[in-house]
Amino acid sequence: MIGLYHPVSSPVHRARAGLKLAALAALSVLLFAVPTWPVGIGALAGVLVTGLGAARLPARLLWRQVRPVLPVLVLLLAYYALVSDVATGGVVLLRLLSLVTAAAVVTATTRVGELVAVVEWLCAPLRVLGVRPERVGLVIAMTLRFVPVIAERAARIREAQAARGGSARGIRAWATTTVPLLVQVLQLAHTLSEALDARGADDPARRPRAGAR
Amino acid sequence: MTTKDLAHVALFAAITAVLGLLPGITVGPVPITAQTLGVMLAGSVLGARRGALAMLVFLAVVAVGAPVLASGSGGLGVFVGPTAGYLYSWPVGAFVVGLITQATWTRYNLAWALVANVVGGILVVYAIGIPFVPVYAEGVSLTASFTGSFAFLPGDALKAVIASVVAVQVRRAYPVIETPGRVSSAR
Repeated sequence: MIGLYHPVSSPVHRARAGLKLAALAALSVLLFAVPTWPVGIGALAGVLVTGLGAARLPARLLWRQVRPVLPVLVLLLAYYALVSDVATGGVVLLRLLSLVTAAAVVTATTRVGELVAVVEWLCAPLRVLGVRPERVGLVIAMTLRFVPVIAERAARIREAQAARGGSARGIRAWATTTVPLLVQVLQLAHTLSEALDARGADDPARRPRAGAR
Repeated sequence: MTTKDLAHVALFAAITAVLGLLPGITVGPVPITAQTLGVMLAGSVLGARRGALAMLVFLAVVAVGAPVLASGSGGLGVFVGPTAGYLYSWPVGAFVVGLITQATWTRYNLAWALVANVVGGILVVYAIGIPFVPVYAEGVSLTASFTGSFAFLPGDALKAVIASVVAVQVRRAYPVIETPGRVSSAR
């Protein structure tokens, strides 16, 4: 899930992360401001040319990102066919398809670290409110790191319970898995924060300088 | 905000992301995603401020393009879609869940947990999410948006029950919200 970055060398990969995010935002504004067939088809074609051509991404990688959205798209088209007409539905569909593909292209061509740096840059004006941008970056980095850890812990707890013959179902099954999982990961977060503090995360002045270890 | 608070915020943002990876439970014709369970748990376990921040961080992670929303979608596109209002409602919902949880913390039990999760996790989420649908999906009336949301009610009620049962037990095992006037047992 996190390993969506596809490491090849291309102009799209080398482009600044902020530029790519700005382009993504601009595309979404355009698609909503001008909901017509030519714009929708043009956007999707443009995104595909950028992704498959310029960024040299394998088609399979983009397909994996788009596939989970397809059921939603089918439902939406059915809805529009019922309440208005298929043409309106088609434009909405094209818009969603273009945006999902474009987001997948940005994600596959940009390292997480670069994206986090953009978020830190965007948060810089919040400094006046007492927000420390580098801590925002830290939280986002921690979140991305926590996702596979939590998924792995959950699987381990479920296995352990199955091994002891646990066969709870419904609400009880949710509670018996979620409570130990939450306690485990809360302890993990506590240990992690102590480790970070020991390395000076709470006070940048105390942080060991790079190369000093 | 201590580093531990930041780690807790990141943790519940990540839990919400993991809940999106679970296959939806199907109740009747509508697939229910588990993700609003994250909203309820964040408020119930972390309280108002950290719970709301956890949801804001989750939305930031979605915005930077991680496909952590249910069905693997993500990116900036979801913030302008017809169901975007439901996303915007999550920080507010977690905040309200947390407010009620903190206000009733000393006598917190399953009943109070249910009140907190139903008000913050369902009422607030619907109140913000429903009016948003007609803004983005041309031709869908507010009434249709309102009636349509009822399809999600059984699933959301179930999630409120699960979140409440879990919250009561986690409070006993590893309380994170500090009891006023007493040293926290969460260390």
